[in-house]
This record gives sequence, C-alpha cells and structure tokens, in this order.
Amino acid sequence: MTQPLLQFNDKGIYCAAGDFYIDPWRPVDRAVITHAHSDHAYWGHKHYLAHSLSREVLYYRLGEISLETLDYEQETLINGVKVSFYPAGHIIGSAQVRVEYKGEVWVASGDYKLEDDGLSTPFVPVKCHTFISECTFGMPIYKWQPQQKIYDDMNQWWKSNAAEGRTTFIAGYSLGKAQRILQGLDLSIGKVYLHGVIANTNEALERNGIHLPEAQRVTPELVRESARGGLVICPPSAVGSIWMRRFPAVSFGYCSGWMSIRGAKKRRAADRGFVLSDHADWEGLITAIKATECESVCLTHGSTASFSRYLREQGFDAYEANTQYGLEEEENNETILEEKG
Amino acid sequence: MKDFAKLFADLDETNKTNEKIRILKAYFMYVPDADKINTLALFTGRKPKRQINSTLVKTWAMELSKIPVWLFEESYQVVGDLGETIALLLPEPEGSQDKSLTEWIAEINNLASLKEEERKLWLVSSWAVMDRQERFVFNKILTGSFRVGVSQSLIVKALADISGLDASVLTHRIMGNWDPLHFSFHDLMQEQDASDDISRPYPFCLAYPIQETSTQVKSAEEMELALGNPEAWQAEWKWDGIRAQAIYRDKEIFIWSRGEDLVTDKFPELHRFMMDLPDGTVLDGEAICFSGECPLPFNVLQTRIGRKNLTKKILTESPMAFIAYDCLEYQGDDIRSMPLKYRRSILEKLHAESPHQDIFRLSAIVGFSNWKDLYALRLQSRENVAEGFMLKRIESVYQTGRKRGDWWKWKVDPLSVDAVMIYAQKGHGRRADLYSDYTFAVWDGDKLVPFAKAYSGLTDKEMSQVDQYVKRNTLEKFGPVRTVKPGLVFEIGFEGINQSSRHKSGVSLRFPRILRWRHDKKIEDADHIEVLRALLG
Ligand SMILES: [Zn+2]
Ligand SMILES: [Zn+2]
Repeated sequence: MTQPLLQFNDKGIYCAAGDFYIDPWRPVDRAVITHAHSDHAYWGHKHYLAHSLSREVLYYRLGEISLETLDYEQETLINGVKVSFYPAGHIIGSAQVRVEYKGEVWVASGDYKLEDDGLSTPFVPVKCHTFISECTFGMPIYKWQPQQKIYDDMNQWWKSNAAEGRTTFIAGYSLGKAQRILQGLDLSIGKVYLHGVIANTNEALERNGIHLPEAQRVTPELVRESARGGLVICPPSAVGSIWMRRFPAVSFGYCSGWMSIRGAKKRRAADRGFVLSDHADWEGLITAIKATECESVCLTHGSTASFSRYLREQGFDAYEANTQYGLEEEENNETILEEKG
Repeated sequence: MKDFAKLFADLDETNKTNEKIRILKAYFMYVPDADKINTLALFTGRKPKRQINSTLVKTWAMELSKIPVWLFEESYQVVGDLGETIALLLPEPEGSQDKSLTEWIAEINNLASLKEEERKLWLVSSWAVMDRQERFVFNKILTGSFRVGVSQSLIVKALADISGLDASVLTHRIMGNWDPLHFSFHDLMQEQDASDDISRPYPFCLAYPIQETSTQVKSAEEMELALGNPEAWQAEWKWDGIRAQAIYRDKEIFIWSRGEDLVTDKFPELHRFMMDLPDGTVLDGEAICFSGECPLPFNVLQTRIGRKNLTKKILTESPMAFIAYDCLEYQGDDIRSMPLKYRRSILEKLHAESPHQDIFRLSAIVGFSNWKDLYALRLQSRENVAEGFMLKRIESVYQTGRKRGDWWKWKVDPLSVDAVMIYAQKGHGRRADLYSDYTFAVWDGDKLVPFAKAYSGLTDKEMSQVDQYVKRNTLEKFGPVRTVKPGLVFEIGFEGINQSSRHKSGVSLRFPRILRWRHDKKIEDADHIEVLRALLG
C-alpha cells in the first residue's frame, strides 16, 4: 500500500518519502515554507527552506533560524524527493511548492492570487497530479476588481480627506497588503507615514533588494499634528488603539477582501472599505485549479466545505483538509510587535 | 438611479453626521424634484408596494447566477441580505442604464398589470444593465426591504438647510399618509402647507428624562433648584401604555403610534369616542388597557398587540381606553403654539362634553405645592400603575421632537434604557440549547455601540421567540457568539452606572437585566449613548 505523497497530520503537510513538512504549525525538523505570513511560517523548526525573497522577512519575524533558500524553478533534493518553488503571486517571496517523487507531482499552493500586483512575481500554474489549493474566498460572492480601480478610489478618498484637514489611515496586513497600498498611493497628494511594524517589514524587504516608495516611520517624537493631510498605513491591530487616537481628525479605511460584504464593512466601523485582496477570488480559484490539470484537488483555508462540494459537482476529485491556516496575521504576532513599534 | 445608488454608497461610506448631511444636501441640490420626493419617501419608510415576491426574485436570480441552489443559499447565509447576495451573484452587466429613480419606481409600480412571465423578462433585462451597487439598491426597493442608516432628522436637516424652511415644519409635513405620486416636492416646499392629507399626525413632543442614578437620586431640593417654582409646572402620572395621537377630521378617524405606524384598526374601542369629538380635533395621549377604573400593566397590552386577530376573548381580557393629555388641533386649527394651560383647558372642555367618559379619560393633574410632596408621591407610582411623573411647563408650547427644558419624565425606576440586541449566545443548563444571553447596544450617531450583556428577564416563551429570531437573522458567527441583525428592542434596567474605558461605549452597568421586550419600538427608537452618559452625572 503506497502512501500519498503529501498528507495532512497534526503538525502540517507531511511528505513521508522526503521526511519534511510544508508550512507546519508545530515544531518539526525540516520545514518548507511557502511564504512568511505567520500562519504559514511558524517559529521553532530546526531547519527552514524558503524562497530567497522571503529571507530577510523570515529573519526579522523569526529571529536566528537555520534557513536555506531557493529561487523560483530552482530544484533541490530532500531525501530523494524533488522540491522546487513556483511563483504564487500572493506576497513578495511567496511560492507554491512543487514536490515530485517517482513521477508523481504534487503542488502545495500556500496562498495565491492571479492578478499581477506589480510587487510579487506573478502566479504561474504548475501541472500536477494533486493540487493543494487555498480557498479563503471560495464563495461566488467574491469577485475582485482590478487593483488600479481600488487605488484610484483610495487616492480620491485621501485627496478629499486631505482637503478637509483630516489624517487618513489605511489598515492592511503589514506584510503584503501594506506594500501594495504604499505602491498604489499617489505621493503628490501628501506625505505617507508607516506604523513601526510596517516600517520594519519594509526595511527587511529592502535588505532583500526590494525597492519600495519612500515613507516616514511614525516615531514617538513625531509631532502628530504635522501628519494632518497625510496618510498613515497601519496594521489592523492598530485600529482604535491609543496610538491611532493620538493623531488629529482621523478618517480610517480598511483594506481587505472581506470588505466586499456590506455587513463586514459595517462591523469594522470603518469610514471606508477597500476590496483589495492578496488571495484569489472565486473565478481566480477555479481558473487556477483548472490550469494545473490536476486529477485531485485538496482544499485548505476558508470556505473549504462549500468549495469542495461545488468542485465535486463539477466533476473534480476534490476534498477538504483540516489545517491551521487562515488565521492570517491579525491576532498573532502583530499585537506583540506593535508595543515596540 | 445612478445618483441614488451613489447616494446610498456614499452614505454607507461615512460614519460622520456632518458628512452625511453634506452628502444629502449635494444630492438634493442635484437631482430633479421628482427624484427628491421619491428619495424622501424611501428614506421615511414609504416604499413602493411589493409587486414581485422575494421567492420569485430569488429563483430568477439563481437561474441567472448559474450556481447550484445550495451554493446560492450558502452565499446568502454569508452575506445576510438577499438584495446584496443577488447583486453579488448576478453575471456582469451587458450594458448600462440612465433611467432616473422616479422612472424605475414607476416601472416597479407598473408591474401590477403584468403577467409573471413579463415580470421576469422585465427583471432580467433590468438587472442586465445595472452595475453591482445599482442592483443592490434596486433589489432593496423591489423587495420592499429598503432601509437606510440615516435618521429622519438628518434628512430633514439637509432639506431645511437647502430650502430655508423650518425643520419642525418639514418634520410635520413629511408625516402621515402621503405618497410621491400625489405629493410633489413642490407641495412639500410651499410657503403655506399644501397637503390635503387629513390623516397627517403632528410630530410628537418628547420628554427628556430627569437624570438620576441609584446612588445619586435627585432630592427635592435639587428638583427645586433645577426646575424652580412648582407653580410653573404641571405634573401627571407617566402612563405605561402606548403613546398615540388620535385624529378626527372630515368624519374620519386615525390613530398613530409614536413610531409613525397607523394603528387605527388595532384599537376599535377607541373609535366611538373619536367619532363623537368635534370635527378637526387631534389629541395626544396614551392608549392603554383598563379594567374598570384601573389601568392594567403594560404586558397585558403587549400580549394584545402581539396577536394578529383581535378575538372576542382578547377584547374582553384587555379592553382599551385612551388617557388624553394634550390637544394639538381644535376646530381644525393647529394650536401647538398655544401655551399648555390653554391647550389643557380645551382638552378638559372636550372631555367634559364627551359621552364616552369610560374610554376617553383625562390624564389627571397631580396637585403639589412643593417638590417635597411630589417626591413623596412619586414613590407611589407603582400603586398607580404608573412609571413616575411627567412634568410639563404650564406656559410651554407643544414642541417638535425631543427638546430640552419644557417636558421631563421623572421615572420611579429611572435606570433604564431602550436598547437593540446585536449579539446572542447560547445559555447554560436549562437554556443550553437556546440563544438566551444577549448583548445590547444603543445608538452613537448612526452606529450601534454595545454597552451591556443581560440574560434574565424574559419569559420562556419570549426567549424561544428571540431564539428563533437569532437563528433566522444571524449575520456572522464568532465561536459561540452570533452577530444578529438589529431588529429587536428591549428595555434594559440596571442598578448603577460607571465610567469605563474598557468598554466601547465608555460606560459599564451594574446588574443589567431585561425589563421587557418592546415590540412597540423600532430600532430607531432605541436610546442614544448620550442618555447613558448623562446618567454618569
Ligand atoms: Zn498568506
Ligand atoms: Zn494563509
């Protein structure tokens, strides 16, 4: 009886043939990491393998770890199993992990999106027998608009806030979303400030050779009044904090795929919700899955039950897996780091 | 329709009152008059009649969306709103439209004469030319579920600002039975009132509570200090019924509740006394159940209101009377600007002439020569089946809405607020399978902020009704907690109140409990955070 090449156990996605894990959530000897988000890159493994563009952020977030890196499409052997990375388009350095053993190919997507965001290397479909796909937004109600449209709305809003002497805040995850927001801003409108966590993340990315637009870190010395008319990018955990309330006349927008539902936007009590996501929408997921020409698809993150049922009805061999993914960032390390920033 | 959809989106995207007024004004200045009055109608709950039932709308949307029924249903579960779900699931539009709101509403009204197949064709082709936001707003209008997070007073404020008419005049003019087909924006804006709506009520004058907490009860001296000479005041018991306006004009009667619902049919016992009033009379008072000379507790009335049909049994068990306390119109003249003592004398005359003294009752004036006496009397409120006192300045005019200064309510159990349930959680033990622990919220501007959790106080039957509501109106699940669509109002009593920086509302309550379920109140009628803040003293 042969085992599946990759299987889900209580520690993560396990490859028995190569004796390694992909994105494990409990300490293991050998971890292959799709990307540096905290629900995928946990602390405490003996040895890490990740994409080279994740290097500095991983060091920043996890400290001194034993890390080996690969570029996209570069191959390595782990106990005779071929492992390589392909672009996932999710955040800078995010990768799909391709695993090949005795002619059988599996791909673990990590998180991905299909739109080219201009920062991360665009998603590439990889042919495989089994595709482990995320489906955070695996409901047909999620349909994204092109990012330029969202950037235009964002800048328009910032401009009118600035005209009224308000300080604009945009909340988004510190790794990925924050850099996309920064990239989309029209810097002629005013000055851009970064929450400490985001400034740290950007510095880490710059050490990795990524060039990002200039923005000022919010330090304790910053005269808050001078930020009037400017725009502050902050992580979701900073919303409503004393840190944020010290700024004058705050108007705050929230940036997330969840903002496409009116109720979700209301509950955030945001002045504005911007539907900008680093995950694939419904159509994106289906397109990506078809493009892999896979025989089986295994779903993680979010609406796994509905999405796998739908795929099965469409003739796919689809099933859901229980994982610890999807608790993206928010309540994890951000809050702790915030104290320092 | 584009402008209206944009208005809705813009209002949705700000929490700031001033910003909302600015958006409303810009909209009203820009759109044609017909759209203005249609917007006003929609924003004040005057929806066009529903011509296609939601089930059909849903079925047709499902066909177009090309997804299985179960997935549509699950999407609906996630979104929590049918109109929005449909807007999100329909295929991309094939074109665009530039019909006005008025034209769309006319088309909706025209559906009445169409066959089902024709309606379907109309709906499918309408959706095909709308973008997502237009579809959303359109669906809400079509299915009769249009609601907007803007209070009537904001709209009135915006209209008053652009027209130069007084806000209280406008508040009055937009009350009652009108529809945009027969009442134009021009009519609304006339220097002289142009309405021929004989049912139209006046805006209710509302009282402010005398602020007290259990540790800071107002003494007689403090009352003296705050309100001055007792002779300038009229005290009446505060009745525990339903505030109502009784109108008799042109041989027709109308009874309006405070929530602006026409409830004439709910209280047949009151009809005869109203028909025997002089033509052109409007009374303000309390509809309340009576047994002999004794008012019955509120829950008797509540049971009666809860029933669909007024059976003989109900009519005998909970007979109604009307305790009148003000006269707003006499012989067809609006006398609200006359002082209370004058209006009271008219009221007494009307009462004396009425052959229906058992139904038409006068709210007795409680005599007192100093605040100490009244203070002592107030403690007997419960024996009088009253909630405390109403204090009204004898020289006061009948104000529009809640204005500070002339009318006060001095409740015997002053620590209570009307609040909206927003979260629910399953209970323990006996209630383990019921959503019986609730979180309540009051308004802070246009937002509901949670301020208290309470679980005791409802009967088992009420609890299972609330449980049903929770299950059918869940917006979101967080572990054991469900976010519930705001819809139910409860009166929450408590022992004390403290400042609290840990709570979003800025206050924490001591021993909050549910006093009763206010079926008679809409969520807009719930209290504002200012009421709680004021209690902090
Ligand atoms: Zn991620
Ligand atoms: Zn993830």
